[in-house]
Formats: sequence, structure tokens, C-alpha cells
Amino acid sequence: MEQTTFWGYRRANGAVGSRNYVAIIPVDDLSNAAVEGVAHLAPGTLPLPHPYGRLQFGEDLDLHFRTLIGTGSNANIAAAVVIGIEPNWTKKIVDGIAMTGKPVADFSIEGHGDTDTIASAVRQAREFLYYASELRREEVPIADAIFSTKCGESDTTSGLGSNPAVGVALDWLVDHGARVIFGETTEITGAEHIIAERCINDTVRSRYLAMHENYQELVRSQGVDLLGSQPTQGNIAGGLSTIEEKALGNIQKTGTSPIVDALGPAVAPTVKGLNFMDSSSAAAEFITLMGAAGSVFHFFTTGQGNIVGNPVVPVLKTTANPSTAKSMAEHIDVDLSGLLSMEMTLKQAGQALLDMMFRNLNGRLTATEVLGHKEFVLTKLYRSS
Amino acid sequence: MAHGFLVHEDHDDVGVAVRDLQAGEAVTGVYQRSLNETQVTLRDAVPLGHKVALKELHRGDEVIEYDEVIGVATQPIEVGNHVHVHNIKSVRWA
Repeated sequence: MEQTTFWGYRRANGAVGSRNYVAIIPVDDLSNAAVEGVAHLAPGTLPLPHPYGRLQFGEDLDLHFRTLIGTGSNANIAAAVVIGIEPNWTKKIVDGIAMTGKPVADFSIEGHGDTDTIASAVRQAREFLYYASELRREEVPIADAIFSTKCGESDTTSGLGSNPAVGVALDWLVDHGARVIFGETTEITGAEHIIAERCINDTVRSRYLAMHENYQELVRSQGVDLLGSQPTQGNIAGGLSTIEEKALGNIQKTGTSPIVDALGPAVAPTVKGLNFMDSSSAAAEFITLMGAAGSVFHFFTTGQGNIVGNPVVPVLKTTANPSTAKSMAEHIDVDLSGLLSMEMTLKQAGQALLDMMFRNLNGRLTATEVLGHKEFVLTKLYRSS
Repeated sequence: MAHGFLVHEDHDDVGVAVRDLQAGEAVTGVYQRSLNETQVTLRDAVPLGHKVALKELHRGDEVIEYDEVIGVATQPIEVGNHVHVHNIKSVRWA
């Protein structure tokens, strides 16, 4: 019988995860030292240091809160300790994470200093470790999980092989009721008409096109174009000549499902099926946004060998480029170079990805996890006040 | 493997090398959708992942891959030429 369940962690709000972390989350850059201190004294916790969180305002501040609350709420996290310089913003993030029903605690540094804050927070973190260590995996349906995808250091082998193979895998996940997210607003330039056509109705279509146009306008307002930046030097070395060619290869990984929603950055998908998210194409920023939106597993295709990982979301890495599959084998979970030599069909390639996905969801570590790639990069919309 | 390049769609102007191809080599290509085959004698070396022209293109002609426009020719291109940033450019950011 076809496998449609995996051994995952069911959280209090019904969300299902593939990992079981106790996260230590700083509200702001100033709190990174305390966060690292806690993680040092409570090995087994997952510190998530980052450089932002002071004097942000408006939409940029909203995104900061949404990303940290979303990350703490991710079903791969069992419990979270949040540390900030002052209590108000810290409490705001803790209250947001607490909506999931998972254990979460706040600590602030002003009036206590780093040392006392670390002492209090580490005692709490240890309790959370005991709690998380007794949670057991149970059989959960694919339909309750959220997945995401992106390509990086793409070349023409991505459009020929690895991206359409991910498309096959994602079509299967959508057909089995999962929520799947793709994005990369900029990199779809040249293929936006195809994405727009696939939107399920006019509301979603106009929302998607507004996000696309908004980005084009941002580029124009800077008085520049993205030639020289898109395609990247790595893309060009790999044979990609224009943004249109890159975009047409990029969207191969979205499969053929209709696009059911167009989400703002770090917004969790509520509709089952394939969701677009307005997002940067920079790999680490992108996967961080996906984790904040609830993704518990990520498919990443590469041509020339992007090595990105994420601390919260396991990243399955695949390539169809035979040189990369050989020279960077330690980074590749699934070698799809057989697609180029025609020793493998797209259907077989899609199945190979799903087979590895199930093993990873059940607990097998991905190459990025074994190699220690934990890129946690917040998206910043504009400069702080 | 017998083939040296793959072509996404039957009407595409370019194929993509699946290994490093040498100038002067007579190479077989396979259309991914129809599995039809074609043969091209290369005028340039075309590295793995780079494109080879399957049709003659004039300056200003649209270049088709994936059955879509990926750019325009900035130089005359002959069958068997290497197609890349030296002879095509984006229509979007140009």
C-alpha cells in the first residue's frame, strides 16, 4: 500500500513536526550572548541567534515579530525559551508562541544582567529538555504537515532534471492533502504569466501579481536593474543566460497543481495545496521564512552546489548535475544525475525524493543536519529608525 | 550515454548539453517530451549545462526554450553555436 503517513510529533494545536527541538530564541541582537550562554549550559537546546530586533518599525517590525513567533510555533519545536533585553516585546513573542499550546517561557535582561538571566533561563531550558525528551513519535498523515521548496545556485540541469523531479514530488504531496509553499518573487520574473495563470481564482491572481509588481517597482525605484545580480555568477557559470531562462527552470519545481493562495512573508498557509509566498530568493532568508510559516520539511535543488541548511527545518538537497553530484556528494541527499543520462525517468526521480523524504521525516538526518548547516537569517524590509 | 544534449520542448531553439561537448563533434540530442532525436554538428565547444543552437537566429530574434521566450539574440547565431550571455540577452532587464 502507498505510504501516506510518517512517524512525527503531534503538537497541542494539531500541527505535526519531524524534529523535536527546545529552541532558545533571542528577541533582539543584544540578547544573543545570553542565548548562547543558556545553550552552552543546557546542551541539547537549539540557540537561534540573529542580528536584528531593535528600532524596527511598521511592516518591518511586524515581519520581525511574525518570523520569531512563527519559528517558535513551528511543529519541529517542542518548547521554547525567549530572551529579550526588555520584557514587553519579549512577552509579545512568548504570547504568540503560547497560542500553539506548547510550553514557552520569557526572560528579560534589563534589571537582572546577563548572568542572572542565564541562570534563570537555563533552569527553565533544562525542564523543557526533560519534557521534550519524553515526547514520542506517532503515526501522522502527510496531510497534516507543511512542506516548502526552493532552488539555489541553479543551472540548466535544475530546469532539466532536479526541479521537474521536485515538481512530481510536490504534486504527489498536494494530491495527498498537504500544504506546500514556494516563492522567490524576484526569480519568477519572466515566468510570472505562467504562475498567474495557475492561480485558482482572480483574488489570488491579483494578490500574486501585486506582489510581483511591487518587487519590480522596488527595483525600478533604486534606479537599477538586477542584471549582474540575477542570474548570479554561479548561474551564468552553469549555463543560465537570462532571468527569464532561470525563472522558467525555477517554476518546474512547483509541479502542476493550482496555486491556492498568495501569502505575505512568514504567513502560515491555511489552505491545503500549493501556496505562493512573497519572499526573497536568497536561500537562507527564504528557508527561515518557510520555517516561520510552519514548514517542517524543505526540498532544495541545486545545480552548482548551494550548501544552505536551516536550524529548524530539515533541508533535503538534490541535484541533477553529474559534476556537482560527484564533487559535492557530502551535501547531496538524493543524486538525480540519472535524469540527464536518461537512466532515470522523472517519475522515478520524484519517487526517489519522496522515499528519502519519508526517511528524513521519520528521523533520518539530512546532509545539511549532519554537516551542521544552521543558517537562520531574518528578512529585513528596510533600515531601522 | 549516446546523447549529448536534451531539449525541453519540440519547438525550442536551443538544447542543453548533458556533458562537455567539443567543437566539431556531431552530437545527438533528445527531445524530453516527444523523445524524438536530432543531430547537430557543433561550431563551438559547449560545456555541461550550457546551450547549443538548434536553429539559425538573427540579431533581435526571440530565443525560445521551454516553449517560452528566454531572451533575444544580440548576434547572428548559427546552428551548432554555443548560446549564452555573449550572444543573447534578457528582454526584461536590459
